[in-house]
Amino acid sequence: MLPKLPFFKTKEPKNQSKVFIPSRREFLKISSLVTGGFVMGINFQCAGPKGEVITFAPNVYINISSDNVITLIAHRSEMGTGIRTTLPMIVADEMGAEWSKVKIAQAEGDEEKYGDQNTDGSYSIRMFYEPMRLAGGTARQMLQAAAAAKWGVDVSECSTENSQVLHSSGKKIKFGDLVADMGKMEIPKPESITLKEFSSYKLIGKDVMIYDAKDMSTGKAIYGADVDLPNMQIAVIRRSPVVGAKVISFNDEKAMAIPGVNRVVKIEGAGNPPGLDKPLEGVAVIADNTWAAMKGRDALEIEWDLGENQTYSSSKQLEEMLKSTTGDGKLRRERGDFKAAQRNAGKRIERTYLAPFYAHATIEPPAAIAHYQGDGICEIWAPTQHPQWARQAVADALNIDLYNVTVNVTLLGGGFGRKSKPDFVVEAALLSKAAKSPVRVQWTREDDLHHDFLHAQSAQRIKATLDKNGNLSGWNHHTVFPAIGATASATELHPSDGELGLGCIDFPFDVPNIRIESHESKAHTRIGWLRSVSNIHHSFATNCMLDELAEAKGEDPVDFLSGLLGEDKNLNFEGEIKGQFGNYGESIEKFPLNTGRLKRVIEIVAKEANWKNAVAEGKAMGFAAHKSFLTYVACIVRVEKGADGKLLIPEVFYAVDCGIGVNTDRIRSQFEGGAQFATSLAMTSAITLENGKVQQNNFDGYEIIRMPQSPKKIHVHIVESMEKPTGVGEPPVPPYIAALCNAMYKLTGERIYQLPFKA
Amino acid sequence: MDNKYTLTINGKKQEVTAPEDMPLLWVIRDLLSMKGTKFGCGQALCGACTVHLDDKAVRSCSMPISAVGNKKITTIEGLSKEGDHPLQKAWVEHVVPQCGYCQSGQIMQAAALLKENRTPSGSEIEAAMAGNLCRCGTYNRIKEAILTASKS
Repeated sequence: MLPKLPFFKTKEPKNQSKVFIPSRREFLKISSLVTGGFVMGINFQCAGPKGEVITFAPNVYINISSDNVITLIAHRSEMGTGIRTTLPMIVADEMGAEWSKVKIAQAEGDEEKYGDQNTDGSYSIRMFYEPMRLAGGTARQMLQAAAAAKWGVDVSECSTENSQVLHSSGKKIKFGDLVADMGKMEIPKPESITLKEFSSYKLIGKDVMIYDAKDMSTGKAIYGADVDLPNMQIAVIRRSPVVGAKVISFNDEKAMAIPGVNRVVKIEGAGNPPGLDKPLEGVAVIADNTWAAMKGRDALEIEWDLGENQTYSSSKQLEEMLKSTTGDGKLRRERGDFKAAQRNAGKRIERTYLAPFYAHATIEPPAAIAHYQGDGICEIWAPTQHPQWARQAVADALNIDLYNVTVNVTLLGGGFGRKSKPDFVVEAALLSKAAKSPVRVQWTREDDLHHDFLHAQSAQRIKATLDKNGNLSGWNHHTVFPAIGATASATELHPSDGELGLGCIDFPFDVPNIRIESHESKAHTRIGWLRSVSNIHHSFATNCMLDELAEAKGEDPVDFLSGLLGEDKNLNFEGEIKGQFGNYGESIEKFPLNTGRLKRVIEIVAKEANWKNAVAEGKAMGFAAHKSFLTYVACIVRVEKGADGKLLIPEVFYAVDCGIGVNTDRIRSQFEGGAQFATSLAMTSAITLENGKVQQNNFDGYEIIRMPQSPKKIHVHIVESMEKPTGVGEPPVPPYIAALCNAMYKLTGERIYQLPFKA
Repeated sequence: MDNKYTLTINGKKQEVTAPEDMPLLWVIRDLLSMKGTKFGCGQALCGACTVHLDDKAVRSCSMPISAVGNKKITTIEGLSKEGDHPLQKAWVEHVVPQCGYCQSGQIMQAAALLKENRTPSGSEIEAAMAGNLCRCGTYNRIKEAILTASKS
């Protein structure tokens, strides 16, 4: 069974919204975040396509105080996408709040109150754009009604602006002056809410400054390790060097002799499989300060039973994985008859693609603070993408009631999928209980790289056929990589449907014969999801191969890809996909794969980059297009050799269709950053394991790009669209890697078949 | 062995008791409870912990307290009184931060650069900032913000 992963969940909310006044208990809780006044919770009860109840019921709290301060609750985690700003901004725009004075309070983890808080899968905007507008619209309509009643005028003559209700006569009243009246009012039914015209928005569709920009530039922003509690101790843990290893015995004499070290505590791990939400086996040193804990940890003497993974070699496994792709695999999608296409082919091309394990390497290593207060009550402060999973995992680990666990969410110093997993939060909770004091668990960089939930290494083989006329007639994609699910269940030997739905079985091109197969591989380390997940390696292979096929056909790659998309149409892969097509948790009817939208971004990026002229001039440019997380992206990368012989990436062009562009500055920033992130994946980063142990220790062994190597001008063209908005956190990564590799081919004449490549 | 040290940090004298090998980073964060300076790697490889010693950028994670001597320490909290150093203003203007975690170190590194070289070129900026990692990839905006600040 797969764990609850964002892209495997059904998420088809029908906004059966209802608005309610929070209960006394909730009111008090929320009031501790804000100053009192009128508090409105808007609860969107949701049902799946068949009417089943699903976990999506955000309560958006809007607080208007009598001194006209508007406080909005951000219920998603901020890890750099700007979501903590963008969702409240939607509410503010719809209600007519004065944005520059709006305050944002971060919600704690609470599924019943806020619905899904799992900030992952690029779906915050997709899931919450409508509910946030409805929340703001409800507040606006109530404010207008309250003012109209006060003035004795018709509500249709009232509008809102700058946290005031305006009457057509020029009369104004502050929102705060209507608070007392609103408390007595009926809350309008959601179907009676009229949302604003798009053209009247002042924030949505514009560049809006992130709420935390100044705090982040002055050292005031609070991240996971920045919370100080009275009597807090610090823990640093020696974890199993090989996944599944068990402590046979340990000697803590030397550790305890270090001044400041107070206690040594063993943490029990899950063994094999290690689980997605369990700590690894380890021995924790708890001390007065971080340095003492680190030194104490270094002084521990531990005898390990290294277990079944102690002979594991990632390079050996990669060879075996590659070899396995020569045979028939498990069929995951079929159209036409590839084998017949092969027999009738004018030309056959077969290529293999390898990609390594990647670590997330957030600059903030995992850290979490727990205060177990006795009586089964535990409070957490953590940089978590998924506060509800953390809450559940802590409750399970301590065997206490979920309702007695409070998870406060700090800012995240990067997430990229790592901080979805609550293992480090559970460590803090267990150690706080053992130490009978608040405890901060501090991971070092070495801990982070040695014990990450890695992006899986992969081997792929693509066989393609051109018919006698040179047209692409067959596509046979073999993919093999240890599945995320294998971290929780040892019987998971194939990538799941969900993982293959990320850029493999959703191959959108008009090829008459398609055969997609997966092969078995075991997980010998913890596998997780990293920014864009298996799209990373699938897009690398697919888009590099397509570039090569364009060349074989003698066609420009941009024209080739546009041509392969055929007529504008919606694809549903009906009857072809064996198993479920996840479509990122959305129904294919609501979010179809539209080839026209992909063609449009291809056309735009080629125009922006002046592709045809640049190619004619012999510039080394590479191109790729890839839809992921329901967002359509095309990318062109230009490379050149610098005077010192080093590779330069002077220019990157992106065209993105993410539907309505809600906060355009943060869309651009995600693409700017995505290009940098993807450059690291393509060129500098790889995790390898020998004897079951990760070989890289710090940023010298696991390199990420630095400013001099980084791509320079990154142009982002956001397609104007009124389609439903989709996320942009992950989609920049997949096409970039292939575009860069294709550009490298133009520069060097050599194709890239293995990541990371050296240049 | 714990020793007593008197540090001048952001213009203020502070007494701390610490072992001589404790890195300045942990003195600042744990003993003085100033959280603006960040831990990233512990090996002077990422720059998140950058502070100034007598206006020069140093990696506090790899600077033992015993090596600080009488040098005056400046952290992100002390770079400007109101958070209005030209770099900080430029950082906001260009909306540099994404997650924001590395930005204290980036700004301190950039501030040391501007002290030395009031009008750095693009390549001088790149060379000076090469030790500061940003996983979100805000490098281009960092560079633009430094250029903006250098013109103010």
